[in-house]
Amino acid sequence: MVALLGASGSGKSTLLRLLPGFMAADEGTVKVLGRTVQENGRLVGNARVVRRELGFVFQQFNLVSRLPVIINVLVGLLHRAAWWRRMLMLFTVGERQLALEAMASVGIEQTAWQRAGTLSGGQQQRAALARCLVQKARIILADEPIASLDPESSRKVMEVLTHLNRARGCTVLVSLHQVDFAIRYCPRTIALNAGRVVYDGPSSALTPALLAQLYGANASQLVENSPAVPPLMRDGAIPSGLVLA
Amino acid sequence: MTSQPSINDVPLNPPPRSLTNHLAWGVLGALLIWSWSGADMRPADLWRDSANMVVFARDFFPPNFHDWRVYLAEMAVTIHIAIWGTVLAIICAVPLGLLSAENIAPKWVVQPVRRAMDACRAINEMVFAMLFIVAVGLGPFAGVMALWVHTTGVLAKLFAEAVEAIDPRPVEGVRATGVSLLEEIIYGVIPQVLPLWISYSLYRFESNVRSASVVGMVGAGGIGVILHEAIRGFDYAETSAVLLIIIVCVTLIDLVSSRIRQLAI
Repeated sequence: MVALLGASGSGKSTLLRLLPGFMAADEGTVKVLGRTVQENGRLVGNARVVRRELGFVFQQFNLVSRLPVIINVLVGLLHRAAWWRRMLMLFTVGERQLALEAMASVGIEQTAWQRAGTLSGGQQQRAALARCLVQKARIILADEPIASLDPESSRKVMEVLTHLNRARGCTVLVSLHQVDFAIRYCPRTIALNAGRVVYDGPSSALTPALLAQLYGANASQLVENSPAVPPLMRDGAIPSGLVLA
Repeated sequence: MTSQPSINDVPLNPPPRSLTNHLAWGVLGALLIWSWSGADMRPADLWRDSANMVVFARDFFPPNFHDWRVYLAEMAVTIHIAIWGTVLAIICAVPLGLLSAENIAPKWVVQPVRRAMDACRAINEMVFAMLFIVAVGLGPFAGVMALWVHTTGVLAKLFAEAVEAIDPRPVEGVRATGVSLLEEIIYGVIPQVLPLWISYSLYRFESNVRSASVVGMVGAGGIGVILHEAIRGFDYAETSAVLLIIIVCVTLIDLVSSRIRQLAI
């Protein structure tokens, strides 16, 4: 589980959005799990096959608010369903069972048939995580997943991400604004400033002094409201499978 | 040395109108004067012939409801024409609307589809009805065809505008799971636009009931045929009965449909 740290405009979102090919790079090749996603600004034809391996969590949740939560979650297994059932929004009992279990594991199973738009932000974000679960994503890319959430919801979302990382063996790359969350949940941190990697190492080594050195005037934006939180986890799994060339 | 701005510096008169503003009013005035003669405006005739008009208006009363069963049956046919014309148009407008939405289809598809829809929309139902009468013969089916083509043009444009106004983020959320473009549309786009699409479709059904009574006048079936015959036969008591039936039915359908439209959103 790796934190991607940086001030606004430092390139966190850009980096994450390049990986599934939501954005085209000006040049170079983006490879995920050994497969090319884009090359010199052109998306390769089977980019969506790679996307199936990638779970993406957005800051604004990006659920379809008029559809029931469970249908939003079931979108995660569309690529494994028969084509005619996909077209008609029909899902088997087994598929619905799987979705409900995923929702239960993030604690929102009671909201299954509510419209996604009626849920709170924290619940919506957990629904998005449940979608990654049924998708059986091997890598989860989370683009500021807690930036629009209150502290309690933020904590729950980070804990689900930790669970996905530890119990399901997903690589999690999560971009964050706050250093304390990075220190608390992610053993490793990659820090960006103005589009360049300025730090790659254990989160525990991120002291205010180092941050000030890395970011200068921008440092206050990152450590604001962050009491010194002892790291819960030490260096663990180094993410594998992400290659940026 | 410059003084502090004070309240006395602010003029109480609005700033003078710009030249373009004057010009715009001038152009509008010239347009009205120019079209006066072209439109053969003769307001004085309304005064001169008012006595004739009173006689003419008197012929409409009392309405002659002697054949009301026939009128109601033909009104039902008119509504049937409107139903099928609208349903066929909706079925065609869904794919055509998506193909003419710039955020869904590539430009080289959008432009030709839009121009084709413009053409469908530019020609009135009456004209299409006259053409289809030649093609499929007199009767309601020609009316259905006329409404179908024209309404497809209208709905495709409205549907496309709804699609272009969607929130792209949920679509990206669906895309992130690695589905095809068609599934992005089914799961990400359609749920967002469905209330608007339903609302537009019902609105077009309302206006198609009105249009269906008119296309009948050129022979495409329904109450319009009766209306045309009554007017041609100078039977104004019958004409007023038919008109009353049209007014009541159209009003009822408008009321019901606007209620349903409120529910859809």
